[in-house]
Amino acid sequence: MTTTTSRRVRVDALERVANNIKRFEFVPIDGQPLPFFSPGSHVIVTMREGDRIWRNPYSLMGSPYDTDRYQISVLRVEDSRGGSSFMHESVEAGAMLEISEPVNLFPVVRTGHKHILIAGGIGITPFMAMVAQFKRDNTAFELHYAVRSADEGAYLDRLRAADIPGIHIYRSDREQRIPLATIIENQRLGTHLYVCGPQRMIDWTLQTAREEGWPDENVHYEHFNAPPPGKSFLVKLAKSGREIRVGEHQSILEALEQAGVDAPYLCRGGACGQCVTAIVDAHGKILHNDHYLTDEEKCRGERIATCVSRMDGGLLTLDL
Amino acid sequence: MNTIFKDETFREDFTFSNSPQAIKRFPFPFWEDKYRYSVNIEPHVAGPKGSVYEFPFDIDEHYVSDMRDRALVLKEDPLRIQALPHMMLAQWDLLELIMTSLARDYPQHFTLKRDGDDWHWINRPLNIENRFRFGDPSTLPYEPMEYITRQCQGDFTILDQRQNNLWMDAGIATSQADWSLDFDIGMNFMEWHAPVPLAHEAGVFDRALKFLLALQFGKPVRRLNWTMTINPRLDTSPENYHKWGADRVTVTPENVGDKVHLRVELQALWRLPRSNAVLFSIRAYLIKMNELVADLDKARRFHRILQSLPPELAAYKGLTRYHEPTRDWLKKYDDGEPTPVGFLFQ
Amino acid sequence: MIQPSIKSRPVYPGLKADRFAKSNIVILDTDGSDAFLDMARSVAGDFLHKTTVLLVKGPSNGRDAAERLNALNPGNLWFFPTLETMIARLDGVLSISRMGTRIYVAGSEPLIGSVIKTALHHGVVHDSIIAEHRGSLRRRVQCVHCKGCTENVTTNPVRCAHCGLTLLVRDHYSRRLGAFQGVCIDAEVPGEIPEAKVEFS
Repeated sequence: MTTTTSRRVRVDALERVANNIKRFEFVPIDGQPLPFFSPGSHVIVTMREGDRIWRNPYSLMGSPYDTDRYQISVLRVEDSRGGSSFMHESVEAGAMLEISEPVNLFPVVRTGHKHILIAGGIGITPFMAMVAQFKRDNTAFELHYAVRSADEGAYLDRLRAADIPGIHIYRSDREQRIPLATIIENQRLGTHLYVCGPQRMIDWTLQTAREEGWPDENVHYEHFNAPPPGKSFLVKLAKSGREIRVGEHQSILEALEQAGVDAPYLCRGGACGQCVTAIVDAHGKILHNDHYLTDEEKCRGERIATCVSRMDGGLLTLDL
Repeated sequence: MNTIFKDETFREDFTFSNSPQAIKRFPFPFWEDKYRYSVNIEPHVAGPKGSVYEFPFDIDEHYVSDMRDRALVLKEDPLRIQALPHMMLAQWDLLELIMTSLARDYPQHFTLKRDGDDWHWINRPLNIENRFRFGDPSTLPYEPMEYITRQCQGDFTILDQRQNNLWMDAGIATSQADWSLDFDIGMNFMEWHAPVPLAHEAGVFDRALKFLLALQFGKPVRRLNWTMTINPRLDTSPENYHKWGADRVTVTPENVGDKVHLRVELQALWRLPRSNAVLFSIRAYLIKMNELVADLDKARRFHRILQSLPPELAAYKGLTRYHEPTRDWLKKYDDGEPTPVGFLFQ
Repeated sequence: MIQPSIKSRPVYPGLKADRFAKSNIVILDTDGSDAFLDMARSVAGDFLHKTTVLLVKGPSNGRDAAERLNALNPGNLWFFPTLETMIARLDGVLSISRMGTRIYVAGSEPLIGSVIKTALHHGVVHDSIIAEHRGSLRRRVQCVHCKGCTENVTTNPVRCAHCGLTLLVRDHYSRRLGAFQGVCIDAEVPGEIPEAKVEFS
């Protein structure tokens, strides 16, 4: 059973902020203020076209203190399941969308004394909300933002104009790189490190931090892990016997939802474990794409994260 | 609802008692004739008019006396309310939630006027009025959590969510059933529940934690918990155990009806928006055996609950010394008939 | 090795060298020094060079911990007569320490508890502290009634060194306070006190 509620919003403004990145502003249709959110939160946007439904998580990038609107940025992904294309091509000002209440799986660790934020590309979005809060309550931080070029760097002007000390921008078209080891080597005890960006950047950050002697407990990451596509396969629901086909560009969760099954989920990115479902039987190879199950659990093949994982063809019977 | 606030005590002369209306709405927690652990969480949604579930925070006829007892406890022992430094934002979340709820649900008693961050709060039953700036602790006579919980029944703990766990980093406990806030502050979910027997093996806390980590804003949940108390004493803290512990040996077959109380905690959990913390409220309701047995179904059921209670649970709940006399006293109400399955209260 | 009992009773996994740490702070008592000496046998070349060792000597028990640690030639080696004096120095060291510093502690449970408690104040996440229990199982017990701590508790029950109540020593443990919980054992029938047995020697 889903645990998320839905809120109807209207697209009040949208703008292209960089190549392949569009920013959207949502306002409530009932005129009531939107709930305060904690920085790092995302909302799940439900998009509908005909009988297709997409649900994608997007970080809230505005200031938590702006309760009259929420802002998100959408990176258009090629060869995607279609959600980001839909947002870029089919959503105009005035359009109505459903969003979930904010959910935070990438919060600021409040017991930390200082926070170092490492952003790559679209990964800047959750940090923009964090910076807005840090500025307001005078929390010590640094933001290091790597972009490919000015064209691909969202919000460079906004960040520069904010005139907040501690924000550093690196353009790879100018051979500028984040000197991570140097940044993290002279930080006081109780500093926390956060990274959001492409998987490669996350891996590099985690590795560098470990090699600089940072304990894992002080390093946090969020990866916008879209469910990867693959071969089509069948899912059987053990309790009802129903068989549902999972399309090539569809996750198990999305196929279930399209078939009217109210399956549990939360982050839709393979991180939180809420969608993990028991497997009754599997004919074919299970492709685990999540970050939640342990290697041992993945080997045992008794459970699967329906939001991102798949089968390499074949038939999967779920305890649903 | 026209609530008349009673003037009663929860210590020394123990003048506390329940009106017929309070007896009727008492949250009798057993839905079958045998007790067992479960996660038993349900959505905290509006219940029938007049019930303890009608509003998210329940203000009842004992409100004024309850708050007076709270003030006495805090005066004697300031360590009953603590907040670690990083929890200030969560304290404001708590103040906002309680103030907006009380003003909306009990407009005859509470008024809240907001002009941006300039707030004006009036509490008529306690004769409190303050104008303050939301977000600025220097504009209130106490820190936000202390300020508002001195005006709302129930104990509260605020849980910081990090490292895939919940940490009790702030709270107030003046009406607790035998756990120490001062000792448990800073512990995580598994640690503060450590002393509860049997439940860990049954996986109850693993499932509960997983559920609570995913708790959504706008979707609070609730459950009922129970124990027993001798005399209608709200402050059954371990801090004062050496003062109230002896009450347990004063039970005789003649005074069970008057002294032995069923103590039910309505526990509710909310996601707080600014801090992403989880608020855990623990609201105690007391009823003496004499009041309980007015309803034969409840009397019969409670007799059977006590009959079937495992000894480790009875010991953990502190019932050992009066378990038998209470069971014996209730026996006369057990006519051997079946009790309707399900909760026996509205 | 301490056996796990209830979930709030800590268990200490044992010392293991973090080869990536830029600097190491090691806190020991004389029993705990054995654990560190064991670990030091298999550490890489410059590990000891970037290590500061704080040894709480306590009343001499004949073991030559100080000399054996000296022979390792760590970057720094400081001796303290008592737990309190060591904590005072540790607090100062932590306030100027950088991320990349790994904290290790080995010895009695009160030693471990004091170190973790101090490190928490500096924002260190407790799971990152590498701990090993060695030697006596004696406990620090906080009296839930008067909030006073009684040190070196080996019996159950024990008399509170502050208010005099006789306390049942529970396994319920607070990391923040660095102590086990003590609750009045004869609250219900004053004077009905079981014989004190040595339980944590």
